[in-house]
Amino acid sequence: MKNDNKNFRLKVFEKASYCRHFEEQVIQNIKKKNIKVPTYVSAGQEFIAATIATICEINNIKPLIFGQHRCHSIYIAFGGDKKSLVDELLGRPTGCTNGKGGSASIHSKEINMFGHDGLMGSNGPIGVGACYATGKPTIIFMGDAAAEEDYVLGGLGWASTKNLPLLTVIEDNNLSILTEKKVRRNWEMEDVANAFKMESHKVDDNPIDLFNCSNNFFKKTCLLNVKTNRIYWHAGAGKDSEDTFDRYNSEKNEIGEPAINFDNIIKKEMEILWKNQLEK
Amino acid sequence: MEKSVREVIKETIFKHLKEKNGLIFGQCLSAVGWVGGTIPELTEKDGLVELSMADVSNGGIVAGAGLSNRRPIYVIRYQGFNWFNAPIILNYACKSKELWNVPCPIFIRGIAMEGSIGPVAGSSHHALYYRMPGIKIASPMTPKEYLEVYDYFMRNDDILYVSEHRGSYTNTSELPDFLSKDLDLILFPISITRFEAQKAKNELEKEGYKIGIANILWIKPFEINKNYENALKTSKYGGIILDDDYSDGVASNLAYKISKKTNKNIEVMGLKDKSAGFSKNTDNLPPSYLEIIKRVKEIVKK
Repeated sequence: MKNDNKNFRLKVFEKASYCRHFEEQVIQNIKKKNIKVPTYVSAGQEFIAATIATICEINNIKPLIFGQHRCHSIYIAFGGDKKSLVDELLGRPTGCTNGKGGSASIHSKEINMFGHDGLMGSNGPIGVGACYATGKPTIIFMGDAAAEEDYVLGGLGWASTKNLPLLTVIEDNNLSILTEKKVRRNWEMEDVANAFKMESHKVDDNPIDLFNCSNNFFKKTCLLNVKTNRIYWHAGAGKDSEDTFDRYNSEKNEIGEPAINFDNIIKKEMEILWKNQLEK
Repeated sequence: MEKSVREVIKETIFKHLKEKNGLIFGQCLSAVGWVGGTIPELTEKDGLVELSMADVSNGGIVAGAGLSNRRPIYVIRYQGFNWFNAPIILNYACKSKELWNVPCPIFIRGIAMEGSIGPVAGSSHHALYYRMPGIKIASPMTPKEYLEVYDYFMRNDDILYVSEHRGSYTNTSELPDFLSKDLDLILFPISITRFEAQKAKNELEKEGYKIGIANILWIKPFEINKNYENALKTSKYGGIILDDDYSDGVASNLAYKISKKTNKNIEVMGLKDKSAGFSKNTDNLPPSYLEIIKRVKEIVKK
C-alpha cells in the first residue's frame, strides 16, 4: 500500500469508525427502547459518506448536503455534532433538528446539511435548485430506490444541462425495503447519467475506488452509483443476513494495527458519549 | 394613465431581477407572449431561468432555490399544472421554516383562465395549496393589490401562492368594498368573480336590492375584519362566497368561518361539481353576474 493511499484510507476509516460505533449504540438503544422513533441505521454504508467527506476536506470544500433517511453517517462524516444527534434520536429539543427530525430528517446549519421532508428523492431536485441558485458545490445522497423517482431524473437532466457543480451519490444497496433492484428495473443509474451527458461512475464503496473517481467533483456535474451493503434492516435493529459483506471489517483487516487502534478507541468514545447523553 | 395589472407585474419582476438579485423560474417564459406580457424580456444572466418540461422536479428545483437568499418567483402557466408542480413546494418549502428553522420563501404565480381549455388547465386551483400549514394565499386583481402582495413577500419569509387570473391583466382600476348597515346581502368574491360581482351588484341595485361587496384578497390567512362583521350582522340574508375554484374547497371553508363568527347564513358559488369539457356546452365556468343575480334573488325570496 502506498503511503498516500494508506493515510487516506486511515482518515476515511477514522470517520467510518465514528459512524459505525455510533450506529452500534443506536442499535443497542433501539433494543432497549430508549429510541422510540423509526430509525434507519446506516451501518454497512458508512464508507461512502466517510470517503466523500474526506475528499471534500482534502480539497477544502464545504458543500451543501442533501440527504434523506439513512443519513446518520452523512451527518457524522461531515462533522455533525454527535451529542446533538443522540438527542435528536431521543426526541429532545436539544437535538440537531430540535427533536422534530427523528432519524430520517437530520438537519445541521453548521455543516450545511439540509433536512429531508420524507418524500423519497425530493432532495434530488431540491439540491439541484439550491446548487443553481447559490453556485456552491452541492452533494445529493440518496438510495437506489429513491433514484427511481421521476422527479429525481428530471432534476438530474436539468443539472447536467446547466453543468452545475453537483455530485449525486447513489448509495446502491440493491434494496427497496426488501425488494431487489432487478425486480424494479432493468437499467442502471450510471447509464441514465451518461444519457444525460453527465460524468458518471459505477463503483463499490472501496475508498480508493471512490477517490479515483473524484477528479471532476464539483468541476462538472457528476454522478456516482456506489454499490454498498446495508447491515441492518430497512428500519430498526434486525439483520437481513449474517453473511453480508462488511466494508468496515474488510478495511480494518487490510489497514491493520492503526485501524484496529482507532476502532478500539472510538468504540469506547461512542459508548461514553451515549451513556453521558442518556444520563442527562 | 393608470398602469394595468399586467404592467405592474412586469415592472415588479424587472425590479426583482435587476435590483434585488432575484430569480424567476418557469417553463416557456420567453416564448411568444412572455406569459401574457407579464415577463420582462430578460435573459438567464439577469435571473430569468427557463426550466425543462419536468413539472414535478421543477417544483423541487424552485424549492431548492428558495433556500438561497434569492427569493425565487415561480410561474405556473395554468393553475391546474399545480397538480404536478406543487408536491415538493408544499411538502418541503412550506415545512422548512417550522421543521428546520430555514425559511424557503417562494412567490408562486399560479395563473388562471377559463373557457374551452378543458378539465385541467381551466380556472383557479388555490384550494390545492390551502390545507398545508406554512403557506399564505392571495388573489390580487388590481395593480395596488399586486404590489401589496409582492411587498408582503419581500418583507416576510413565507411561501406565497398568488392566485392570478389572466382576466385581470388589463384591469387598471381598484375594486373597493361596498359595505354599510342593513344590506340585503353581501357578496364575498374571490379572483375573477370580483368583476362579475360588481356587475351583479349594479344590476341588482337598479331593481332596488341593497347589495354589499367584501372583496377577498387574502384567502389564507383569512381575517373577517370588523367592517365585514358589522355589515353582515345587520344584513337580512347573510352572504355568498364567490370563487373561481370548486365550491367544495376554499369557498366552503371561508363560508364556514364567516358563518361561525357572525351567525349568518353564508352560501357558496364556485365551479360546479363536474369536470370541464372543451366545448362551450360542457365547460365549467365561475359564476357569471347573471347566475349571481339569479342566486341572490332566490335567497332574498326565501
